[in-house]
Amino acid sequence: MSALATSEKPAARAPVRVRPRARRGNRRVHAFLIVVSLVWLFPVLYSLYTSLRPYSDTAEHGYVSLAHSLSFENYKNAWTQADLPHYYLNSALVTIPAIVFTLLLASFVAFGISRYSWKLNLPLLMLFTAGNLLPQQVIITPLYRLFLEIPLPAFMSESGTLYDSFWGIIAIHVAFQLGFCVFVMSNYMKTIPQELSEAAMVDGASAWRQYWQIIMPLCRTPLAALATLEFTWIYNDFFWALVLMQSGDKRPITSALAGLQGQFFTNNNLIAAASLVAALPTLIVYFVLQRQFIGGLTLGSTKG
Amino acid sequence: MTAVRDSLAAPARERRKRPSRLTRTDKLVLVLMCGIPTILLIAFVWFPALASIGLSFTTWDGIGGLGTIKWVGFQNYHQIFTIYPSFGPALRHNVIWLAFLAAVPTTFGIFLAVLLDRQIRFTRVYQSTLYLPVMLSLALVGFIAQLFFSQDQGLVNGLVGRSGEAPDILGDPRLNLWAVLIAASWRHVGYIMVLYLAGLKSVDPSLRDAAAIDGASEWQTFRRVIFPVMKPINIIVVVVTVIESLRGSFDIVYVINGGKNGLELLNVLVYDNIVGEASRIGYGSALGTILLVISLGFIISFLVISFRREQRP
Repeated sequence: MSALATSEKPAARAPVRVRPRARRGNRRVHAFLIVVSLVWLFPVLYSLYTSLRPYSDTAEHGYVSLAHSLSFENYKNAWTQADLPHYYLNSALVTIPAIVFTLLLASFVAFGISRYSWKLNLPLLMLFTAGNLLPQQVIITPLYRLFLEIPLPAFMSESGTLYDSFWGIIAIHVAFQLGFCVFVMSNYMKTIPQELSEAAMVDGASAWRQYWQIIMPLCRTPLAALATLEFTWIYNDFFWALVLMQSGDKRPITSALAGLQGQFFTNNNLIAAASLVAALPTLIVYFVLQRQFIGGLTLGSTKG
Repeated sequence: MTAVRDSLAAPARERRKRPSRLTRTDKLVLVLMCGIPTILLIAFVWFPALASIGLSFTTWDGIGGLGTIKWVGFQNYHQIFTIYPSFGPALRHNVIWLAFLAAVPTTFGIFLAVLLDRQIRFTRVYQSTLYLPVMLSLALVGFIAQLFFSQDQGLVNGLVGRSGEAPDILGDPRLNLWAVLIAASWRHVGYIMVLYLAGLKSVDPSLRDAAAIDGASEWQTFRRVIFPVMKPINIIVVVVTVIESLRGSFDIVYVINGGKNGLELLNVLVYDNIVGEASRIGYGSALGTILLVISLGFIISFLVISFRREQRP
C-alpha cells in the first residue's frame, strides 16, 4: 500500500502569531515529539547495537547489558555463511527490470487515457487502480496454478514454467504495481496543457513522438518519485517470491531471509545483522532520495 | 498500494479534451500502448481474481489436469464455516488485527500528523524519523519483533523476567498476537501520519483562521472544522488500514511462526492450502474469495472517492 497524496502548498498558510502561551505549548509539543521519535528510533538502534555485539558477549552478560566489545563479526558471518551477496543479486535481478517495465507500461497507459478522450478511459483507469488494491492472497491460488501451466523455454527458466523463474516474479510485480503507477502518471499527465499536444499535432508529430519526445520528458518528476516508491515496494516484497519461487536460492533477499533463519541465523545477533543488511538498500534510498519520497507521497495533482 | 490524492484541493480541470484526428498508425500505436499492459493486468490479476471465485465452488487437488476439477457447489464454504478448525481463530484474529490497527496506530498517526502540521521547527526531522519504519519490509519488522520478544534472547524478557522461567511471548497464543500487533503498529503509524499530513496541507487555511477568530480551541477546530472537510482522506485512511491488515499481516506472522498457534490469519490459511504436494485449490480459492468479499466494499469506496470528480464534466 502506499500513498499518494494531496497537493502541497506550503506557502499558503497564514503566518502564525506567536504568543507566549503558544510558545510554551510548542515546548510541550517538542518534548512529546522527541520522546515519540526516540521510541520509534529505538528498535532500529537496538538492532544495530545487538548486531554489533559478539554472541559470546550477549550470552555471558545478557542482551540488556553494556557491550564489552563491538565488532563487525556478525555481519561478516551473515555475509559469507548465508551468502547474502547472492541474494542481493537476486533482488537486483527482480527489482530493476520490474521497476523499468512497470514505469514504461504505466506511462503508456497513462498517456493513452489522459491525452486522448476515449469512452473506455475511466473504466480502464478504475480497472488498473482497483487491481492494485486487491489483497495478494485473493489471487494467489489461481495465479500459482496459472504460473505452473505457462511454459517458458529452458534458457529462460530452468523449471520450464513461469513458476520458480525470475520472469514470473517480474511479471507479477509489473502487473500488480501497474495500477498505482497508472493512477499517478495519468493524474500528472492531465495537468500538462493540451495545447502542447495540439501544437505537436499541427506540426505532424505522431502519437508515439508526442509520447516519447514531448510528454515523457515533462514527466521526470513523477517518474523519479514513482521509481523510488516502487523500488521499496518491490524490493520489500515477501509474498510473491515466497509462493511463486520454489528454489530458496533464487529468492530475493527479503523472502530468502525467512528460509535462512533456522539454517544460518541461529542467534539474535546474527538475525539483527542480517536484517540490517537486508534493510540497507531501502534505508540508503530513503536517506539519499528523501526529497523524491516526499515528492512521491505528495504527488497527485500538483506539478512537482 | 493505494493512493490518496488530490481529492481535497483538486484543481478542477477546466478544459475538455477536444476531439482529435488520428492517423491509422497513431490509433494502432495507442491501442497497443494501452492494450499490452491491460492484457498483462487482466491475465495476472483480474483473471485469477475471477478464477478464485469460480474455483471456490469446486474441488481440485491441483495435480490432475483441469478435467479433474469437480463442481461441489457451496461445500467448501460450508466446510470452512462449520468444521475447518483454523477458520474461527483466523477470522477472529483478523478482526482483532483490524480493530487494533484502526483504534491505536491509525488514531495515533492522525494525532501526530495534526501536531506536525502546525508550523513547528524540525518538523521534517520528526517526520523522517517516524516514517523510517515504513521503509522496512513487514518481514523485517517480524525479525525485529523477534529481537524484542524471543524467549531467551529477547529484550523484553531481559528487562522484565530476570528471575524464574522467562515467558515465551511469541509462543504463547494469549500473548503473541498482541506482541505482533505492537510491531505492526510501529510501522503503521508513520504510514498513516504521512498520508494524513498530505491531506492536512491541502486544507484551506482560511478555514482555520475563521475558526480562530471565532475563538475555537485547537481541539474544537480540528473536531468541528478540519476533520469534517478531511472526509475523503479519512475514508482513504480507513481503506489503507483495512487493506494493510488483510494483506500485509501475512509477512510478519509468517516470519514469526508460520502463522500458527495463536497467529492464524485468513491470508495464512490461503497460503496453507496451496503449498505442499496435494494442494486444496477449492479450499484456498474459497478462502481467497472470502478475503475478496471483505475487501471489495473498501476498494469500491476508494474508487468512488477517487473518481467522483472525473465524472463531472
